[in-house]
Order: sequence, then C-alpha cells, then structure tokens
Amino acid sequence: MKTCEALVIGGSAGSLDVLLKVLPDLRPDLSFPIIIVIHRKHGADSLLPDLLKGRTTLNVKEVEEKEHILAGTIYVAPSDYHLLIEQDRTFSLDSSEKINYSRPSIDVTFQTAAEIYQDKLVCMLLSGSNADGVNGLKAVKAYGGRALIQNPADAQVPYMPAQAAQNVVIDASLNIEDTAEFINLLS
Amino acid sequence: MEVTVITEEQIDALLADLLERYGYDFTGYSKASLKRRIQRLYSLDKALSFAEFRFKIANEPLYFKRFVEQITVNVTEMFRDPTFFKTLRNEVLPKLGTYPLIRIWIAGCSTGEEAYSMCILLQELGLLQKSLVYATDLNPAVLEKAAQGFFGLSQMKQYSENYIQSGGSKEFSSYYTAKYSLAKFNDDLRSKIIFSTHNLVSDRSFNEFQLILCRNVLIYFDRDLQNKVIGLFDDSLEELGYLALGSKETMEFSGVSKRYRRLPSDKIWRKMN
Repeated sequence: MKTCEALVIGGSAGSLDVLLKVLPDLRPDLSFPIIIVIHRKHGADSLLPDLLKGRTTLNVKEVEEKEHILAGTIYVAPSDYHLLIEQDRTFSLDSSEKINYSRPSIDVTFQTAAEIYQDKLVCMLLSGSNADGVNGLKAVKAYGGRALIQNPADAQVPYMPAQAAQNVVIDASLNIEDTAEFINLLS
Repeated sequence: MEVTVITEEQIDALLADLLERYGYDFTGYSKASLKRRIQRLYSLDKALSFAEFRFKIANEPLYFKRFVEQITVNVTEMFRDPTFFKTLRNEVLPKLGTYPLIRIWIAGCSTGEEAYSMCILLQELGLLQKSLVYATDLNPAVLEKAAQGFFGLSQMKQYSENYIQSGGSKEFSSYYTAKYSLAKFNDDLRSKIIFSTHNLVSDRSFNEFQLILCRNVLIYFDRDLQNKVIGLFDDSLEELGYLALGSKETMEFSGVSKRYRRLPSDKIWRKMN
C-alpha cells in the first residue's frame, strides 16, 4: 500500500454537504494534511472554515500564503485565489485569470500537488456542475498518485465526478457513507 | 498541459538568462506560480523545444517583452475588495488630508485600475488637487495601457457595484465617457497620476510617501524577496504613513513590522515613530 502524504479534495455545487457528513467521522490523528478547494462566491470568506470547524476535532484553517503544510490539519483554499503547492511544502496563492470559470480552480491545485507529492498524493473530486478538476486528476495519475471521485449516482450534482470517471482511470468511486473510512485507512 | 514537461533545472537556466541578458531577476519569485505561467506561455506559443523557447527569449528582445507581459499576472479591477477602499475613504485618506502635499505610491499597478480608483476617492474627498499618485510596474506594456485610461465597458457594471459598496455615492458613470466598447476615464483623474516603470526586485526607493499600496504582488514572491521588498517600502514611507497589502498578504513576519501597527479591519499597517 502506498503512503499518503496529502489528500486534496475538490468540489463545487453540492460538495459542501458531503464535507459536512464526512468530517465528523475522520480520525483525529490523521497522518497527512487535507487540502480543500471548493468553488464559492468571492466575499463569503471565513464562513466555510468556520462551518467545517464545527464538524471535526481536527484543526481547520483557511490557507495563509507561504504557510507550511502540516499533517493532521484541514486547509481551506481562500476564495478568489488559486492555491498552489511549492516544493518546500508551503502554500502559494495566485490571483491570475480564472480557469474553468473558477478561482480557486481545482485543476491548479491538483496539478501543482501532483508535481510535488507525486505517487504519495490522493485527490478526490466531489459533486459539481463543471469539469474543473478533471485535467488535474489526469496529472495526478500521470505522476503516479491516486484519483478518487464521489460516486456520481450518490452526488447532488453528478456532472463533475462523472466527467472524471469518463476521462480518467479512477482508483475508487465512493459513496458519502464510505468516504470517511476510506480516508482514515489512508493514514 | 496535464503533465509538466519543463523541469526545475530548465526554469533555473531560463531565469539565469533573463538576469544576465536583461537584468530582470525572477529568481525570488514563488516557483509554483512562475512555473505555471512559463508552462502556459510555452504551450500557448507552441514552442518546439525548451531549448528553442529559451534561445528565443534570450535573443529576441521583442519576444522577451511578450514573455514578461505573459508571465506577470495582470488581473485587477477597480475598487477591488470594496471594504478596503471604504477604509481608505473613511479612515486613511482623511488623516492624510492634513498634509500640504499627499504622495501615494501604487506599486505593481498593472493596467491602472487601482490608480484611477484612488483618484476617484481623492477627488470625492477634495484632496486630488494636492495629491500625486505614483503608479509603477515592471511591465512597460501595462503602463502604456494604464496611461490611456481606457477600460472595458463591459466591466463597468461590476466596478460600479464595487464603487457603491466601497461607500461611493455618485453616479459611477459620471467618471467616464463610453466610446464603443470602451470607457474612457476623465482626464482630470489621470492628471495627478505619474506612471513609471519600477522593478521591486532590483530598483531602489525613489521618494517618500504617506501611503503605499502594493496589493496582490507579494504573493508572487518567496519569503526572502517579500522581506526585502517590505524593507524597500519601509525606506519609502514617512513616519505615520500607511502600507496597504492584499487581503491574503502580511508584513508580520518581517523584522520592521514591530514599528508598525495594523488597522484592525484591513491589511493596512501604520508606521509609528
């Protein structure tokens, strides 16, 4: 079994609900960080981390630029910035053009994480209505990492995970109720 | 562009060329973002090989110009983060109003949207006549555009909303004239802006200011370079002057920060004596 150095979760419409259901069942001693990139409206800052904080004993925080990435912490990408991972395991932010009409773009985080963590990366794409994240998952696979999706049949908006399933060799397609256990076993 | 074909070593070689041939130092930039921008241009221009790409940049000044334009991020808007501009309007600029001459530096001004926003605020507060706004960028192409004062008409709805949220109460359209698909901003706003090239990495302090804005520029620099640039701002700021950074940026890690006090609501620090 490959080790997991980081888990990146991307999602759009309908994905918040998944996180709220999965977070309470995560083990409190996860041996890797979870990095969450969710499309949301600019200006709704700090609301999302606060919402997630109430569902887990793990440390939840919005990313600060140049911050060191620590195991056992859940990081949330700020709205209106792309989130990138640097070679020295720190975060960078980037306010360049939107990608797939999105900033943060899931593709950007998946792609830069793939280059850094390579085969020790796990990325998961949740419910959503556009195809952001699909190219990112391709990069994850090309670097030997693992690609997960929320089972499209179980997703509020199946388009995003379904696009991934069509275009990428997926390692696992998970129902909400099985997701926390799957993540715990990566530790 | 799923898999990066450009390696760290190739990027380092390219950056060494840029420094040697043109004196542009990108070595302190955040690597992940820089690499993504270079990769993007490489794919966009369908370079045949990295060697060719690198040769062209090093030997064709026109292509080098394009390179700089394309790898620097020039995404900006008027009254971006309206609450920040509200604080400028209500707290910062009124304090500067007591000075006989107000000098403001907008570092990394890109296509000028913030400079014009600033001048609108100054005009509404009755301070424009005694103000000078230095707007600088390392990229001459964006400065040319900024100096013309034309922005896309399609953006005006968004900018107008930002303006109102920032506490503006006039008709935003009174600040420009529509010409085809463009909005031409009034010349009196432009008259107090000095556009000039300045490279934060290699150029020195060139004046003393009471307010320096540098928003969403430091995110592209690594910590060492950020620290150096904050030192440059410190050298360029009068006592009791203000430094404003982007919503996700900070100066707290820097050694000079203990002489500064942050305004509680925004990323604005005041230099104390």
